[in-house]
Amino acid sequence: MSTLKAPTGTSRPTTYREALREGLREALLQDERVFLMGEDVGRYGGCFGVSLGLLEEFGPDRIRDTPLSESGFVGAGIGAALGGMRPVVEIMTVNFSLLALDQILNNAATLLHMSGGQLSVPVVIRMTTGAGRQLGAQHSHSLEGWYAHIPGIRVLAPATVDDARHMLAAALADPDPVLIFEHGGLYNAEGSLDETVDAVDLDTAAVRRSGTDVAVITYGGSLPKALAAAETLAGEGISAEVVDLRTLRPLDDATLMACIARTHRAVIVDEAWRSGSLAAEISSRITEQAFYELDAPVQRVCSAEVPIPYARQLEEAALPQPATIVDAVRRTVS
Amino acid sequence: MADFTMPSLGADMDEGTLVEWLVGPGDTVTKGDVVAVVETAKSTIEVECFDSGTVGALLVEPGTTVPVGTRMAVIDSGAEPPAPAPAPAPAPAKATAPTSELQTAPGHATTPTRDAVSTPLVRHLAEQKGIDLSSVHGSGKGGRITRSDVEHTPAERPHRVKASPLARRLALSSGVDLSALRGTGRGGTIRAEDVRAATAAPASRTVESREAARPPSATAEPAYPARAAIAALMSRANRDIPHYYLSTTIDLAVAMAWMRDRNASRPVAERLVPAALLLKSVALAARQVPELNGYWKEEAFVPSPAVRLGVAVSLRGGGLVAPALANADTMPLPELMATLKGLVSRARSGRLRASETADPTLTVTNLGDQGVEAVFGVIYPPQVALVGLGRVTERPVAVDGMLTVHPTVTATLAADHRASDGATGARLLTAIDRLLQRPEEL
Repeated sequence: MSTLKAPTGTSRPTTYREALREGLREALLQDERVFLMGEDVGRYGGCFGVSLGLLEEFGPDRIRDTPLSESGFVGAGIGAALGGMRPVVEIMTVNFSLLALDQILNNAATLLHMSGGQLSVPVVIRMTTGAGRQLGAQHSHSLEGWYAHIPGIRVLAPATVDDARHMLAAALADPDPVLIFEHGGLYNAEGSLDETVDAVDLDTAAVRRSGTDVAVITYGGSLPKALAAAETLAGEGISAEVVDLRTLRPLDDATLMACIARTHRAVIVDEAWRSGSLAAEISSRITEQAFYELDAPVQRVCSAEVPIPYARQLEEAALPQPATIVDAVRRTVS
Repeated sequence: MADFTMPSLGADMDEGTLVEWLVGPGDTVTKGDVVAVVETAKSTIEVECFDSGTVGALLVEPGTTVPVGTRMAVIDSGAEPPAPAPAPAPAPAKATAPTSELQTAPGHATTPTRDAVSTPLVRHLAEQKGIDLSSVHGSGKGGRITRSDVEHTPAERPHRVKASPLARRLALSSGVDLSALRGTGRGGTIRAEDVRAATAAPASRTVESREAARPPSATAEPAYPARAAIAALMSRANRDIPHYYLSTTIDLAVAMAWMRDRNASRPVAERLVPAALLLKSVALAARQVPELNGYWKEEAFVPSPAVRLGVAVSLRGGGLVAPALANADTMPLPELMATLKGLVSRARSGRLRASETADPTLTVTNLGDQGVEAVFGVIYPPQVALVGLGRVTERPVAVDGMLTVHPTVTATLAADHRASDGATGARLLTAIDRLLQRPEEL
């Protein structure tokens, strides 16, 4: 159970799950073209409880249970978007989204281009990602970096209650396909929802903690771990800046390079496997754009390149942890 | 039977130090072979012999300084027995190396960390190849390291300073010598912090001079003997010679077009560069204006019948030599081009031939490759003029009342007002211009 850092201002406590639900309710209330569909989103209230109560409130036309057929219902979502609706499609986990990869990559991401700009696909696809809950290899992988490889879609990774609450509205306003990755380990996380915020942008990374010695660049489920590591490091006199990517595609290079220019060192924390990861992409960009600002090699803290184990100790050992982030930072600044 | 004697390698040379014998007793030599390496105050020079035959006794030990004209070896050109060898006369005021005992050339302190004895030439070669002399086995007399020892040692990878990109950038902008810093990063990597510490406090613990050969810039000693020679000569030139300066910009459209056409049909190795045309035109102009080709000696100008064009060559480690292109005025362009290439590389590797160190009659300094537009130089005594060439660059020019863009070069003249006046100098520059307008005749 991690705690998300509270922004200052008027705020109230909430959880990541509740923040997502509020975002959904608001979207359903504000635009009748919006509907939610996916496995168990209705009667069961969502596999992870995000849509609990929405069927009762909005009815089966707007909250639609689907069969176990990712390719089918994601394709239906794309068709609905082409037909003028604003569907929000929920896929249970990113592991199963591979069954719909053909629809996402070959249809949603390409139609605007292949129609010569005539066909926008304003679909929003939500899915759970990440490990840490002893769900075994088939439910625990982090493949959002693969989706961040695809031109034509936007990839979001809310890590705070504010982003969980407001990113959906911004995603629905985007005329192109948007994928939202919700880290399973965050659903129960509590945070303070800033009530002075009523919208977020999707174009900028956010500095969640300021520091001068190293930039710890991360996103999603690893953000609380990076913040915990920064707290530990502060006790050792090492000032770590923690950067939340928020949007994995397109990446906000400007914010990242500004952080490197301030700190001259980078540690990238990414729960995906190291080889060919989003962390590798970010490391490359830093080398391309901020080489002469670097005072140490860029470090990556990623998951072990194994199917994520079921056993608790093995699973913990396979994933980035505050302690391994602290070690990487020490290596970088020493 | 002939004597091989210490040659005079310049007007101001009265003694030389034998650095190394390149032949041994019993070797067969022919006239023009390089037989010894001699060091003067200015540079290290390979000396050719003027006779053919068999090398007899070597009379002078490497490391010994002897006056010009001293017998150094006997070359047996017939069947007569070699004459008994007189001991070489020691040079006044300089220690002569006893033949039984090892020592390096006087006046050159050896680096204290090294006990292998070597000469400046050998040290220079070793430095170029990145070889640590203390690891080289000396095959010369008494364990002395000879040039061939260094040449047969595989080059080590030159030591590369490990520094972070940021540290390198900071060092560049603040003028800190990275090689003098000790890194505090992993594996001794120099980090930004180390550079900042060095700029803040030059005497801080992170800074230590790693080589005695690299004195910190604050010391008053010249970095190497050649610098002292340049300093003395240039001070004398500026003090004694009343310079006057002229400058003109020459249109090179015709010359460059001719060169491009000519190069197009030739393999890369035979192509010309602008410098070849420019030097040739200066040499021909010097023949046309003999009042600027020669020496100022004892209050009078002595013209030289030959044109030996000095070419100022900057050395990699700093410093300057001006070897001579003999007969530059009569040499065909392709030959001049090849000679120029060889001259520059020999000058930079410290292996000039004796014939190339003969005093030039007029020197050219070409700083065009440094990107400057014009250079106003200091005359090289006892010469009376120095031609400076800038970068060949495109400039707007007026042609037949129309404005166009042509490649141009700014040629300057620094001349000795005791020997000539502005009008004479102007004739030289206009002659260079005129010659460059007919490149096919160069």
